[in-house]
Amino acid sequence: MKLDELQEIAEHEVDFQRAYKYRINVCCSSGCVPFGAFKVLKAFEDAVKELGVEKECKVARTGCIGTCSVGPAVLIEPGDYLYQSVTPEKVREIVRDHIVLGLPAKEMLYSDKAFFEKQHRLVLRNAGKIDPSRIQDYIAMGGYSAIAKCLATMTPQGVIYEIRTSGLRGRGGAGFPTGQKWSLVARAQNTPKYIVANLDEGDPGVFANRTLAEADPHAIIEGMLIAAYAVGAEKGYLYIRSEYPLAIQTLQKAIAQGKTMSLLGDNVLETGFKFNLELRFGQGAFVAGEETAILASVEGRRAMPRPRPPYPANSGLWGKPTLIQNVETLANIPLIVQNGGLWFHKIGTPKCTGTKCFSLTGKINNPGLIEVPMGTTLREVVFDIGGGIPEGKRFKAVLVGGPSGGCLPETLLEVPIDYDSLTKAGAIMGSGGIVVIDESDCMVDTAKFFTEFCVDESCGRCTPCRAGLPRMKEIYDRITSGIGKVEDVQTLEKNGVFIRDASLCGLGQTAPNPILTTLRYFKEEYMQHIVEKKCQAGKCFRSKEAEA
Amino acid sequence: MSVSETRRSMLEKVMKEHNFQESALLEILHRAQEIYGYLSKELLMDISQSLDLPPSHVFGVATFYSLFKLTEPGEHIVTGCLGTACYVKGVEDIMQAVEKEFRVKRGETTRDRKLSLFVTRCIGACAMAPNMVVDDEVIGKATKEVAIEKIKLALKGGPRRETR
Repeated sequence: MKLDELQEIAEHEVDFQRAYKYRINVCCSSGCVPFGAFKVLKAFEDAVKELGVEKECKVARTGCIGTCSVGPAVLIEPGDYLYQSVTPEKVREIVRDHIVLGLPAKEMLYSDKAFFEKQHRLVLRNAGKIDPSRIQDYIAMGGYSAIAKCLATMTPQGVIYEIRTSGLRGRGGAGFPTGQKWSLVARAQNTPKYIVANLDEGDPGVFANRTLAEADPHAIIEGMLIAAYAVGAEKGYLYIRSEYPLAIQTLQKAIAQGKTMSLLGDNVLETGFKFNLELRFGQGAFVAGEETAILASVEGRRAMPRPRPPYPANSGLWGKPTLIQNVETLANIPLIVQNGGLWFHKIGTPKCTGTKCFSLTGKINNPGLIEVPMGTTLREVVFDIGGGIPEGKRFKAVLVGGPSGGCLPETLLEVPIDYDSLTKAGAIMGSGGIVVIDESDCMVDTAKFFTEFCVDESCGRCTPCRAGLPRMKEIYDRITSGIGKVEDVQTLEKNGVFIRDASLCGLGQTAPNPILTTLRYFKEEYMQHIVEKKCQAGKCFRSKEAEA
Repeated sequence: MSVSETRRSMLEKVMKEHNFQESALLEILHRAQEIYGYLSKELLMDISQSLDLPPSHVFGVATFYSLFKLTEPGEHIVTGCLGTACYVKGVEDIMQAVEKEFRVKRGETTRDRKLSLFVTRCIGACAMAPNMVVDDEVIGKATKEVAIEKIKLALKGGPRRETR
């Protein structure tokens, strides 16, 4: 395929889709599949035939729409009518009412409009709207026109300039300016250069990257292509967890399609630009998401971090310059190239531009996948988009950033979501997990849970993390079994600060965050456990009760 | 061809696909586990010789990653998701109930080798928490009762995986 043919395919596909009056998008993402999404898809295909409307009605298998708690979800266009908890039995009725009679079946529609109102979907622009297994769907939405624009009219320096102007920062958690990273790799003298896309979404409670890969795999691939063009890399690896079989399948298919249409390979769009992409599978190691550990894992070794410098930009895979980028960051790239860096800079806050995807879970009415502009407050996320706490219970805390993040109390709900504000509050942006907990949860138990997780996942390389965290867990075991001492609180704090300051990599440096934030904001609960031997939530001292 | 010969030739094919490269060790171990069900000591020795890598390297990698199983699992595999969302939603209670009901501890297999109970750190279906996985079926919004019933049903259905 050549550059100009891309335009033809897009136009042809748009005409083809316009021929249909309705489009029925059935979410077949990991959230909806266990609840019968494929059966619903089949039922729709049968129903439109049976009712004789298959000529005006396109039934499509799509990715995540976002409302994961009321799956299987079905979106009917035009008008974005969202049907919830659809079963194969209900399908015929929906097709009859909505398509044949033109009257949407109101009682089955998703009613909470607020869930979508405060969202701004950039990265998830195509999620739930296109069929991820058809490259034509992506091309019809303007897909691959950004890499075509780069190859036809832009220099690598020009691309980097736009990314710099956009203010985009890495979405993997640390928030390093993307343009700056690219220019470091571009300026590195050594060749060949590599790109690693990080889809090792190890934070428990986070599924934003998986959903992106399942809904819009080509956006990630196009982002990688543009990055490769800008930094001069010819080979890329996409590192994905084995726990995500559907995302792996979707990506494998997308890569195969990219190869057949010469969007990947030795002669991309017949311009002489070369980029080959391979998948690599993570085998269950949280630490593999750390940038030097992911390199070791791609090379086929134990995922153990190493000290920096040298930074991967100079010495990465097999000692060569390597650009490591989270897949969410990459999915932003085509939009920035198409619309310009200045356009992107207007979204979010001046210091922290763009949007961020979050998986919103825990004790909340509308769990699911959301994307909000930077600067949105936690209160808006929890109470407006999330719809508040179920069963009339009281909000207690919000865990932002997974086991490396922090537990923030109600008084901090006005904190805007951006890298600096979250870090100041003691949490981190992390890979985008927000877990809400209510009054029936115990903060000491929660901190213990995260500490146990980090003990399990510590790679064992540096002493503060390997030896320090198990000591912390022992203290928690004491406190939660009723033999805690008052000085334990100081020990936790002192050791926490030490582990944070002395550990080698991000895992160890951030592992004490849940401990330090719960100590900072919920100290009275620790004291209750230690002095009164009481756990208000009833989570601790259990074994003792059982014995009695 | 016997079962073990078929398996060996499948493994050989996988290693050839990857040109016996060191960097493909994780993929090869992953596929080997799919073929054999788990990574036995003999299998790891075989792979280390085939790829011309020291056994310490291959064993080091196999023991580092939690998805590699070094002992033979039971006929049925039940996995509890211990991700944050599932934990907050009470998966621990379900796990304890399952442990009690089937007399098996997490990480272990029942004496009759019918059932293995594992934990995983997040399967990514957090909006449906708490999640249990019985063989390959994800049970979202799980309760003690439903989980135990599903496991009993699976056990009644006879062996799901062929064991050696």
